Amino acid sequence: MSPAGPIAEKIDGLWWLVFWIAAVIFVLVQGAILIIAFVFRDKDGRKEPKQIHGNNKLEVLWTAIPALILAGIAVPTVQTLFELTNRPDSALTIEVIGHQWWFEYVYPDQGINTANTLVIPAGQPVELIMTSEDVLHNFWVPQLAGKRYLVTGQETYLNLEADEPGEYWGQCAEFCGLSHALMRARVVALDEAGFEQWVTDQQQPAVEPAAGSLADQGKEVYLNAGCTRCHVIEGVWEDVARQPPAPDLTHVASRSMFAGASFEFNEANLRTWLANPSSMKDGSLMPNLALNDEEITALIAYLETLK
Amino acid sequence: MTTTASRSTIFRRPTATKGFWSWITTVDHKKIGVMYGYTAFAFLLIGGLEALLLRLQLAGPEGQFLSQAEYNAMFTMHGTTMVFLVIMPMSAAFMNYLLPLMIGARDVAFPRLNALSYWIFLFGGLFLYSTFIFGTTGAPAGGFLAEEVSRLGSAPNAGWFGYAPNTEPQFSVGTVLDYWAIGLQILGLASLLSSINLITTIFNLRAKGMRLLRMPVFVWMSLVVNFLLAFSLPIIAVALWMITFDRQFGSQFFQAANGGDPILWQHLFWLFGHPEVYILILPAMGIVSEVLPVFSRKPLFGYAAVVFAGAAIGFLGFGVWAHHMFSSGISTVAQAAFGLSTMTIAIPTGIKIFNWLGTMWMGRLRFTTPMLFSIGFVAMFTIGGLSGVTHSVVPADWQQTDTYYIVAHFHYVLFGGAIFGIFSGLYYWFPKLTGRMYSERLGKWHFWLMFLGFNLTFAPMHWLGLQGMVRRTWQYASDTNLGPWNMVVTIGAFIIAASILLFMWNWVVSKRRGAEAGIDPWDARTLEWTIPSPPPEYNFAEIPTVTALDDFWHKKYSEDEEERPVRRDTADLLVEELEHTGNNPGKPIHLPGPSYFPIAVGLSLPVVGYGIIYHGEVWGVALLAVGVLATITSFVGWAQEPAEEPGEEESPGEEH
Amino acid sequence: MADLAHDLGHHDEHESLGVDNRKLAMWVFLASEFMFFGALISTYLLFKGKEGMAGPLPRELYDIPFTSVSSFVLLMSSLTMVLAHNALTRKDQPATRSWLLATALLGMVFIAGQFFEFATFIEEGMTMRTNAAASGFYLLTGFHGTHVLIGIIMLLSLFGISRRQGSLSGGQGLNLELVGLYWHFVDIIWIVIFTVVYLIP
Repeated sequence: MSPAGPIAEKIDGLWWLVFWIAAVIFVLVQGAILIIAFVFRDKDGRKEPKQIHGNNKLEVLWTAIPALILAGIAVPTVQTLFELTNRPDSALTIEVIGHQWWFEYVYPDQGINTANTLVIPAGQPVELIMTSEDVLHNFWVPQLAGKRYLVTGQETYLNLEADEPGEYWGQCAEFCGLSHALMRARVVALDEAGFEQWVTDQQQPAVEPAAGSLADQGKEVYLNAGCTRCHVIEGVWEDVARQPPAPDLTHVASRSMFAGASFEFNEANLRTWLANPSSMKDGSLMPNLALNDEEITALIAYLETLK
Repeated sequence: MTTTASRSTIFRRPTATKGFWSWITTVDHKKIGVMYGYTAFAFLLIGGLEALLLRLQLAGPEGQFLSQAEYNAMFTMHGTTMVFLVIMPMSAAFMNYLLPLMIGARDVAFPRLNALSYWIFLFGGLFLYSTFIFGTTGAPAGGFLAEEVSRLGSAPNAGWFGYAPNTEPQFSVGTVLDYWAIGLQILGLASLLSSINLITTIFNLRAKGMRLLRMPVFVWMSLVVNFLLAFSLPIIAVALWMITFDRQFGSQFFQAANGGDPILWQHLFWLFGHPEVYILILPAMGIVSEVLPVFSRKPLFGYAAVVFAGAAIGFLGFGVWAHHMFSSGISTVAQAAFGLSTMTIAIPTGIKIFNWLGTMWMGRLRFTTPMLFSIGFVAMFTIGGLSGVTHSVVPADWQQTDTYYIVAHFHYVLFGGAIFGIFSGLYYWFPKLTGRMYSERLGKWHFWLMFLGFNLTFAPMHWLGLQGMVRRTWQYASDTNLGPWNMVVTIGAFIIAASILLFMWNWVVSKRRGAEAGIDPWDARTLEWTIPSPPPEYNFAEIPTVTALDDFWHKKYSEDEEERPVRRDTADLLVEELEHTGNNPGKPIHLPGPSYFPIAVGLSLPVVGYGIIYHGEVWGVALLAVGVLATITSFVGWAQEPAEEPGEEESPGEEH
Repeated sequence: MADLAHDLGHHDEHESLGVDNRKLAMWVFLASEFMFFGALISTYLLFKGKEGMAGPLPRELYDIPFTSVSSFVLLMSSLTMVLAHNALTRKDQPATRSWLLATALLGMVFIAGQFFEFATFIEEGMTMRTNAAASGFYLLTGFHGTHVLIGIIMLLSLFGISRRQGSLSGGQGLNLELVGLYWHFVDIIWIVIFTVVYLIP
């Protein structure tokens, strides 16, 4: 499964150990079946078989040996389990909040609020503190860690770490309604310098568009068409009702995916989305704001400046 | 020659012994078993169709064959149907038909209750499926639909396991989830009543000499299964009441905002759900334990071990439920405990597998179709069991859970296990049921085609899951490289479908034109092979007396110094005699009379169900009242109806 | 409901546990009911101590003295049930009827007490919708009350049959035993509920 971080690697190691043991047992049992089927098949002249009723020694043997094998598996299992759920001291804390159908990421110590793309420093442990604001979700990036539910009204924890900078993919793994299949997780790991730069950039308020430009018109659309009911843009509009909650758009153009990390952030996709969100994501909680083509063009121009 | 009762209470007691009405009013366990079997098979075809639709959607990346709503409905209904409307009632079909025959009884302890269980099942299943006609669904509150949900999508759509809070009214709007919760509630009642009936039957109606440790393994597994049902069904009943109350009356059980706990649903569901999977597999294991010895011409190796292992699995099955919840946020200590308890269950399971191998070892194996399916069971269930052990390795399960790796696991044990076992049983007992032999050629084609299709369908899923393919996902992206193996899976599914068509053809044609079977075509070991095929209504002309395990075999065979069986001179005569007296009992045999009340109650319960769903409307309240009244009245009439005509208890020469 | 083996089988001719079919069935049924109430009680316990719930909580509204009295009434009804069974064993039909009626009446007093208690709670602002603890409370005690009601119906039915036929004999005698088992079970469950839900903090 190509693990890319220490947690995933430990799980991988444990998995392969158990897999090979299971593989041996598989070969033994299936081999026995094949041999039995071949050697003991009814042939002319074969005598009636001895009516053996059992063998206590064998019973003990094939109870004890599996028990020992399982005990052998149990020890590293429990060890690894406790190791991996230990909350690390020097971890970067990120809050993950599940929504239908996108992941919200809050960096409490840095004062950042993003969505869809989770940016982490490579080579450093990260601790995710997770919850949901609606139904159950499940955060899973297979190359970096196992998965963990996001539970309404409760906090769950997941340790995450990537060895190298890179892009890692995942998906919501708990059925969460109509567009569950379009709720994805994308993790971008940056080297130390890159991450620090990213944090600084994210902490800035939104880029101010040039007066009179198309982007400026787009900003007006944002302010007047209804977007401000749900979407924050730092420095432009922050008093948001969050009904329903929606991604913070301050730096939306710095993320290459949108709508639950399911669609590329490009002109064509944005156009379809802004014209009718539920056509791309059935059941979407983002209403159709009845924008006309010009408004959409302007809005896209504005959004693209929000790096 | 049998007599049936005819006195009436509310209305005249039915008297039909042949034809349509005889099936409607029957209390004969064999007829009831047959009805269970055909109904379950019909649901198998429907559930299979749902699976094929799913596979067409997933054959390639970014499929658009089904809408999201339709896909979610299809995977929910596929799972719900296969678990509750196929495997459970198929097992009920076998248990109903065979248990009295195997223990030497004329019927079960409570024949009318038995019929009731069937009718509740049939009408409960129809009630659930009426969602496609009446059910409504939509986007979660505040969401917007791309288009109105089609009829195909108007079915329960929160998974067969219905996790809260997704099932709460603000997320599952409309009525489809109510059809689900209330439908399952009704269906659970059928199984609960049946479990009480069959436990009493097994304990109290055994023929003389049929001590507990002389019972066939199938009977033992049925006993364990019925205890599991009796103890686990109430728990899901409570959970279903809670979600019904949350949806209908605004209670707060799973609403986190008001103190509710979504994880509570999971605990309650899996406290039922895990024993449920043993309920699904143990009857098939019982069937395999009957088939392997007959076609190896050797007794079951380690009878006591197999029996106790089955009981152990049942008992331990109550202690592992949270292994379905390793990723849900339960404490580390809990995860460790459940991981260990789950590993423990592998031990009795292994014991059974080794004993089955021991049965075949040094046997004289005849590869008839039932034998092929039973051997197939052992092979496929082993694979499913091994992947199950990998799930018990908790950190590894954090990667495996909610992926297609799990889908692979449970299909290996439920299809390669339970379904293969069921087909083994269907072929094995076909001659007993119909008096005719099926076509061995078609049977073998069925097996090999199904074996091929099954492995093509489910083996790749292990790999797909480990590659990151998540469960219950309508679509996967093209850059995930999941396409090719998904296509293989889809092709395999259609091969399975073809093999089932072969089976149906074989069944229909052989029933009509198969060779005559006689009472003991397989040279078998257990009591059901001592009566005519098909069995007369009274089963045994004279209730047998049993002197050993596999009593019938010992009546046919003695053993030489090498412990090899030697056919007795009297064996052929015995079989002839059994066939003759079986059909000519010589004295009147008294049987419980047919009754209208079971079907009456069975029909009333869904009316109550509709009443609960639509209680907001005036006509809904009316339905509720009518349903409740009809149920109560039927029960009152039932209570006053004697099991059979009181006067006839004193008729002379009566068989007791 | 008469059963097959009872009417058609001589007990010495087949293997059996030695317990009458219907009695065995009742025991199995009660075992499953035990799991049913177990799940309900566990759920309530989960919510009982949970912090942060709005609205009046059940434990704030309990009137222990009142509930103690109605618990005592239900407990007494188990005594009258035993007396009814004893009377039947002695073949004292009028006494059997009296004790059956007494049991039913005491049960009705208990139910009346439950209704009164629920009405008070609702007046004080706690309904099933208020919070999870309230939901758990009402579902548990509501199901228990329903079971008591069904028991009362069965008791009155036996009473009626005895009046009509002059006596409870044969199969009906067994029915009284079965109703007795059921009634005692419902009472025991109440003792558990009263202790765990009301008394223990």
